[in-house]
Amino acid sequence: MNGQGPPARWRGAVLFCAFAAALLAGSCRSPPPGDTVVKFWAMGREGEVVVQLLPEFERAHPGIHVEVQQLPWTAAHEKLLTAFAGDATPDICQLGNTWIPEFVALGAITPLDRYVADSRVVDAADYFGGIWETNVVGGALYGVPWYVDTRLLFYRRDLLAQAGYASPPASWQEWTRMMAAIKQRAGADRYAILLPLNEFEPLLALALQQDEPLLRDDGRRGNFESAGFRRALQFYVDAFRNGYAPALSGADVSNVWNEFGRGYFAFYISGPWNIAEFKQRLPSSVQGEWATAPLPGPNGPGASIAGGSSLVVFKASNKKAAAWQLIEYLAQPDVQQRFHELTGDLPPRRGPWRQAPLADDVYARAFRDQLERAKPAPRVAEWERIANEMRLVAERAVSGKISVDQAAKELDARADDILEKRRWMLARGGLR
Amino acid sequence: MRFDRAAWWFVAPALLVIAVFFFFPILAALLISLTDFDIYALADLSNLRFVGLGNYLKLLETPQFWQALGNTLYFVVAGVPLSIGASLGAALLLHSRLARFKPFFRTALFAPVVTTLVAVAVIWRYMFNTRYGLLNYALGGIGIDPIDWLGDPHWAMPAIILFAVWKNFGYNMIIFLAGLQSIPEELYEAARIDGASIWRQLRSITLPMLSPVVWLVGILTIAGYFQLFAEPYVMTQGGPLQSTVSVLYFMYEEGFKWWNLGSASAVAFVLFLLIFAVTALQLRGRKWTAA
Repeated sequence: MNGQGPPARWRGAVLFCAFAAALLAGSCRSPPPGDTVVKFWAMGREGEVVVQLLPEFERAHPGIHVEVQQLPWTAAHEKLLTAFAGDATPDICQLGNTWIPEFVALGAITPLDRYVADSRVVDAADYFGGIWETNVVGGALYGVPWYVDTRLLFYRRDLLAQAGYASPPASWQEWTRMMAAIKQRAGADRYAILLPLNEFEPLLALALQQDEPLLRDDGRRGNFESAGFRRALQFYVDAFRNGYAPALSGADVSNVWNEFGRGYFAFYISGPWNIAEFKQRLPSSVQGEWATAPLPGPNGPGASIAGGSSLVVFKASNKKAAAWQLIEYLAQPDVQQRFHELTGDLPPRRGPWRQAPLADDVYARAFRDQLERAKPAPRVAEWERIANEMRLVAERAVSGKISVDQAAKELDARADDILEKRRWMLARGGLR
Repeated sequence: MRFDRAAWWFVAPALLVIAVFFFFPILAALLISLTDFDIYALADLSNLRFVGLGNYLKLLETPQFWQALGNTLYFVVAGVPLSIGASLGAALLLHSRLARFKPFFRTALFAPVVTTLVAVAVIWRYMFNTRYGLLNYALGGIGIDPIDWLGDPHWAMPAIILFAVWKNFGYNMIIFLAGLQSIPEELYEAARIDGASIWRQLRSITLPMLSPVVWLVGILTIAGYFQLFAEPYVMTQGGPLQSTVSVLYFMYEEGFKWWNLGSASAVAFVLFLLIFAVTALQLRGRKWTAA
């Protein structure tokens, strides 16, 4: 701490260095003169892998050259906002679909309805409905899903069988019965489920299963005092109060895969990336003993979060047509399938799921089923902050400091406060 | 007169740089703190509202801000004496005539200061682990039940303090060591001839001679500890139950996670005023005791 300035300063320096390095790297490969250069920003693993798919695109589209810039996920949001402020946005970008409403509010990305209407490749009906919806803000489409991400149950078949159950739960009632039976066998040091307190996703998934929306009045106010949300929060809190789940944050579980292998917990709500991780990291003794299952709902199979990334085109781009051609190429079912083989990411459209290897993948099957019931989170720019408050308030309810009803009330108050500017914007006719 | 002007010409470049990169941003931040600058304003400046002292007033009625302030004060009040005590103790040991392998220990004790915070935080997280951690293993050896260091809201801040003190005490230790080395040896010789005990020598010679250094170190450490950020950022992300959210961490989330630059700037100025007031008090106290 001594001699350490405010974090903004070094963050700025880091960004600057990253930017300078990226400029240097980008300038090494110069395209032939006269080519249209499409600037494409992609994050993390996808950014590394997509480079392998591009030569084929450039062969099929002579005259278009794609320049990929990889952003680390941790710096991506900040870099995109800085780029917007400095009029240096790329032509096309991978965007986490929860960020889309924010970039729409900024007026940074362009509607794509016209392009989709004329396209023979991007067929809205082939995409999973909930995932497609995440890209629709105020009636207009702003992105094309690239890959999907939803949360469901990973579970230990052997532990479930020992507790007397042959198949995973389909409803909350069954789930509760199973957790009680597992906890009874496991004793004081082991648990039935892991719900890390530093993640809002498990609670959000349970909340999305309810009929009532999480925000009301066109996203003007919180709707957390609805019967539905309180039911979801009660279920979540009960899992801790009854001792089915340990009150831990993810940082306290130093190695989730080890603990899952040791039987510290039998259920875990997680996403598709853990299929590969579990295959690789779980000890061989439990390799045949784990499986995936759709998330149980209040009455039968329930909904879950429609997450993932989309491809968007920036308003400031003067190469929108070329950018759209790249989106179409990346949306082709066979390209999607290759992308899945390279990354393990799940395709957002049904086509690639009908063929091997996805059609035969026992672990992916539950995801295929779940994706038909994926629901988008509220599409307002402030949502991520509200979801974070939801996690913080739920943590207080879990600790017993406040009741479920008090938590719901507190959440509505915080959400209304966060949404104040949005109400003002809507009242003066902004945001449209 | 001409001499004066020439001097101004020489310092002008430096002053210009300071003005552009230091005073101007501060002034801009002050202005921003009087508005509700956020992503909507980033999109279109006509969405910017001037709110006067609204951000400041709102902070005063935000419980999370008060909690962050309380956490920070806890960290300063407990951490600074511990840190200075550890530095002084280590410096005295290193300075002692009985100490062996001085260069080795000096380097070893200074090492945490120059290691990467994120890397050592990962190791400390393992040490703090409830079930497999070295710390609880050691406590178990003397019959103390395991402590949920980073998961229990009562223990998370002490854990952060422990980590921060370990990480930082070497820096002040070096300053103290320099201070100790500048105390004339004759004073100790005279005291020994008069039959003063080691304890008496410490109280009557070492500490009074070292007092300017203690003041300096005190001011620097307090100002530094008020800016607690990186430790909770890498160890706990502010949890559990917001028990390790510091004022600067609160500002970071407000400004760089949620892009409410208006209220984040207000937080920054409140923190500035706080550090300024505490430092002014310290300086006044110094004058008062010196008089």
